[in-house]
Amino acid sequence: MNQNIVFAALAAAPFLVATLPAQADADYRAKAIAMIQKDFKPRGQAGLDRLAEDGVQAICNRTGNKPPEAITKVLEADQLASVKWPADGKLMGDWKKGEKLAQSGRGFTWSDKPGLPVGGNCYNCHQIGPKEVAYGTVGPSLLGFGKQRGNTPEMQKYVYSKIYNAKAYNLCSEMPRFGRVEALSPEQIKDLVALLLDPESPVNK
Amino acid sequence: MKTLRTLGALCAFAVAGSLGAQTTDEIDHAKAAKEFEKFRAEMEDSNPAELNELKGEELWKAKRGPKNVSLAQSCDLGLGIGKLEGAYVQMPRYFQDADAVMDAERRIVWCMVEKQGFKFEDIAKKPFQSANDASAPDITNLVMYVAGHSRGKPFAVNLQDPKVREIYEIGKEVAHYRAGPYDFACSTCHGSDGKRIRMQDLPNINSKEGATKAVMGWPAWRMTGGVALTLQWRMNDCFRQQRFPEPKYVSDTVTALLTYLTANANGVIYKGPGIKR
Repeated sequence: MNQNIVFAALAAAPFLVATLPAQADADYRAKAIAMIQKDFKPRGQAGLDRLAEDGVQAICNRTGNKPPEAITKVLEADQLASVKWPADGKLMGDWKKGEKLAQSGRGFTWSDKPGLPVGGNCYNCHQIGPKEVAYGTVGPSLLGFGKQRGNTPEMQKYVYSKIYNAKAYNLCSEMPRFGRVEALSPEQIKDLVALLLDPESPVNK
Repeated sequence: MKTLRTLGALCAFAVAGSLGAQTTDEIDHAKAAKEFEKFRAEMEDSNPAELNELKGEELWKAKRGPKNVSLAQSCDLGLGIGKLEGAYVQMPRYFQDADAVMDAERRIVWCMVEKQGFKFEDIAKKPFQSANDASAPDITNLVMYVAGHSRGKPFAVNLQDPKVREIYEIGKEVAHYRAGPYDFACSTCHGSDGKRIRMQDLPNINSKEGATKAVMGWPAWRMTGGVALTLQWRMNDCFRQQRFPEPKYVSDTVTALLTYLTANANGVIYKGPGIKR
């Protein structure tokens, strides 16, 4: 999988050169990256490996989050292909567990205990259930998500894979790739799918 | 001081309580934020950080360190040795003697090491106050004192200086650099107007207004934990939330970021050490 990303990134290189705005920007970026590489120290679970860009990050960083369409399609497809589906084939879990998970913003910082379970961080950026008024607005409102879209198998697949890897649908999305980086397990993602799509979930009442 | 802490806790409660009864309207959020801001501003009239400024003054004037000299007699913050008026709002700036662009905290640390003979490792061991600490580190008190002498003066980072300009441009790249497990850059949360995380408004650091929100009132006395903290700490905690490893103390990367933020706020009047949530 990682090899695919690297390959796609290399294949994209000629396009990239054409889209770089000004040479000066590239120089400053190179200097910024060199600076970042020397200026951090590992702490807790946050190691220095976190400073390196993977293929998607590198392309988004170099194009102001607007890569050319041809590359975008290839890399999005690659991200989608990396989604691991639950063994039992079921995509809707327990919306009550999903709500709890959506509330928690913990996880992955140097001051958090390493390992699962970490929070879904969902309310940090999205309006979801009607009762929670302390929601963020970095992402779109998800209130009434399932009511508007139904919960067909296709919709369940979309929501599962979107949470698993948001970059499969919008390469430079601001949303983390929760499944891909193993912040959330398939079971946890199923619970979040239920939170959004289950007709019994308060999201859809 | 204790009264102030209690007040802070009570206010946080009041804001949260009133929100519970409200609808999810954006207008209501704005109202609550405004109420909180009003209270915060009132508290600034008797800011506990004044104590830090006073301690900083003693430290600035005292002969200290292995070389037994005072910073007042040896430290040049860009306007001449011992000159404080307006120095804070003109940093980060380029210092020839160190051949580096430095923000205020980095410059004071440099003076403590080069002029007074302190060891950098000793200062960097614990540069920020934690909630359990009885007092702030010397360096924080010194930054408070220096910053206090720029009260009422406009931010004026000199982007005409090519060395400063270059660091500014690098800082802009740092602000947009996405990496780590969550693909976050500073600009993921602080790159557009009118967004928030939970109830917390997110300033857009690329705009003058947003950058002003980011640097105004720092160094600050923080209600959470009742501690005195600097912009160096603020950047450190941003990287934590970005899920990055920890920046080394007073590093080039943090300087670059502070150059970008402060210069974006150029022209805005600095109100001095403030109070933060």
